[in-house]
Amino acid sequence: MDDQKKMILDYVVREYLEEDDDTEITYDTELISGGIVDSFSMVSLKRFLEKKYNISIPDADASPEAFDTVNSISALVDRFKKA
Amino acid sequence: MTVTYAERLQGFDWSLAEKDLGIRRGDPLNIGWHCSDRLCELGLARKPALIWEDHTGESHTYTFDDVRRYSDAIAAHLLSVGLKPGDRICLFMDRLAELYIGFLGVLKMGGIVQPLFSAFGEDSLWTRLDNAGTAAVITQMKHVKKVRRIKERLPQLRHIFVVDGAGQALKAPETALAMRELPRPAGFKVHPTTAETPSVLHYTSGTTGQPKGAQHVHYSIVSQYLTAKWVLDLRPDDIYWCNADPGWVTGTSYGIIGPWANGVTQVVLDAGFNAEAWYRFMAKHRVTVWYSAPTAIRLLMRDGNELVRRFDLSSLRHLCSVGEPLNAEAVIWSQEVFGKPFHDTFWQTETGCIVITNFPGMKVKPGSMGRPFPGITATVVDPATGEPRTGPGQVGVIALRPGWPSQIRGYWNNPEGYRKKFVNGWYLCGDRASIDPDGYFWFVGRDDDVINTGGHLVGPFEIESALLEHPAVAESAAVATPDKVNMEVVKAFVALKPGYEPDDDLELEIMNFIRKKLSPLAMPQSIEFVDSLPKTRSGKIIRRILRAQEFGEPVGDISTLMND
Repeated sequence: MDDQKKMILDYVVREYLEEDDDTEITYDTELISGGIVDSFSMVSLKRFLEKKYNISIPDADASPEAFDTVNSISALVDRFKKA
Repeated sequence: MTVTYAERLQGFDWSLAEKDLGIRRGDPLNIGWHCSDRLCELGLARKPALIWEDHTGESHTYTFDDVRRYSDAIAAHLLSVGLKPGDRICLFMDRLAELYIGFLGVLKMGGIVQPLFSAFGEDSLWTRLDNAGTAAVITQMKHVKKVRRIKERLPQLRHIFVVDGAGQALKAPETALAMRELPRPAGFKVHPTTAETPSVLHYTSGTTGQPKGAQHVHYSIVSQYLTAKWVLDLRPDDIYWCNADPGWVTGTSYGIIGPWANGVTQVVLDAGFNAEAWYRFMAKHRVTVWYSAPTAIRLLMRDGNELVRRFDLSSLRHLCSVGEPLNAEAVIWSQEVFGKPFHDTFWQTETGCIVITNFPGMKVKPGSMGRPFPGITATVVDPATGEPRTGPGQVGVIALRPGWPSQIRGYWNNPEGYRKKFVNGWYLCGDRASIDPDGYFWFVGRDDDVINTGGHLVGPFEIESALLEHPAVAESAAVATPDKVNMEVVKAFVALKPGYEPDDDLELEIMNFIRKKLSPLAMPQSIEFVDSLPKTRSGKIIRRILRAQEFGEPVGDISTLMND
């Protein structure tokens, strides 16, 4: 579980922050409402998760709220891993 | 009692707004002064102008006197470092208070303010700063690195101000500009701009070429003031929320100028989308008038009716929407959950103000754009001839007779591009519509290849140019594809160079490549790898075929295709 969260967090830091941005991102940092990932960019994050974990996340479940923290994203991934 | 549409039309003249604003023709006219100093002179100095809040709940209230003093201080600072009236000064930051107040500051020193969407990547930023010959950028630490990386390719850029840069590691010509710490200039005089002095430069995308700088003038305040008063129905005691970003025209015409010219208190939420947070914000501040967009409304609808009912939103009095056609379902939903419909408004960067709209008190036909604002002559025409096409069921391009106050005066350094927007004396908006027997306009679709995603226009040329910079891409086409939330999103068709094979990894890599270079809005939400693209005999890619396929529409005449 923590490996999964770390993988997601690392991807967010690598793809959505500037190279030398020292903003601290935790599993609870608000990504969407905090303006780190915008709602348009969610699509590329969703693609990454689907590819990485071989799952399919329906658009209806890919809400800004579900993508707002690493914890909520990880929970979403778990839901569809089990589905 | 609500004034009817017919009464608004009767004897209409824009001088009504000039009189309200105390504007006398030939006298100096400065939007910055009108939106701050004038209100203080009218006794509103202590009234809150801006209630700003971020996603953590931290908030700060600025009175009209604060706005006056801080905008004076910013203007004086810009002049003190050698910037001059007429210089293009870019605002490139999130929705910080400095963005709203700095906007007035630039105007007060006679500068041309160039707001840019803070999510722009460095290529999008460079294109617009280079075209405008921008002399200074006001930004924040979060975004300064994007400016830093392109600085060497912008010889005219002399100053980079960082609003939260105090105590931070800055690199020349970056300097800190802490608004609240600036000295209060004694006896600062607002630059005596006139009605026709350039004021705001907003970049907008078209089908061909790079984005164009739409050149507004100070006289635009006349239209923006009156449309905010009559269409948004702003009244002195309102608490107003426009959730558009000032990087785009709605965020300045109706997120700064319109409400403040009316002396209205506005609230700003500097945060990304979150339905619960939005409802909580409106309930907390007792928002009375809300100007939003269909994409946001559809996202709220998706979160259901139970969520909205957990909040006391009884303060809401009037709702409006802009950016893309408001579908009937959204109007009906808002009636159900808020007890009032969203009123659709139609306009664009070049018009500077709302031109076709649903007025308060006017019968709303769900799905219709409404009727022309008084003083606006609008119809639909054949785009080739400019002849009106107003018969029953006829569709044409929305056309306006030039001459309203906030019409742009041209595109920056591109008179030919602006000239092409006119046919037979009509300004063509580029949107197709029909007009019903009651005079209501009904949106049909775009008349060009521009992609309207989430209410923002994205030009295919800019995306295709960026795609070609990816090492795997041989040729590409960017078109709109339908989307339930954003109306349209970008889809790219890509032919790969020899040695590259299409797969999911490459698709994601190209998506992120465009997101970082241009912006999240421009990022293709999907990529279809193809062997080749449809072209004319002269080799020009025919996007309309790809777009028609996406929308399930007839492809039309393809007799000129060379590879089919």
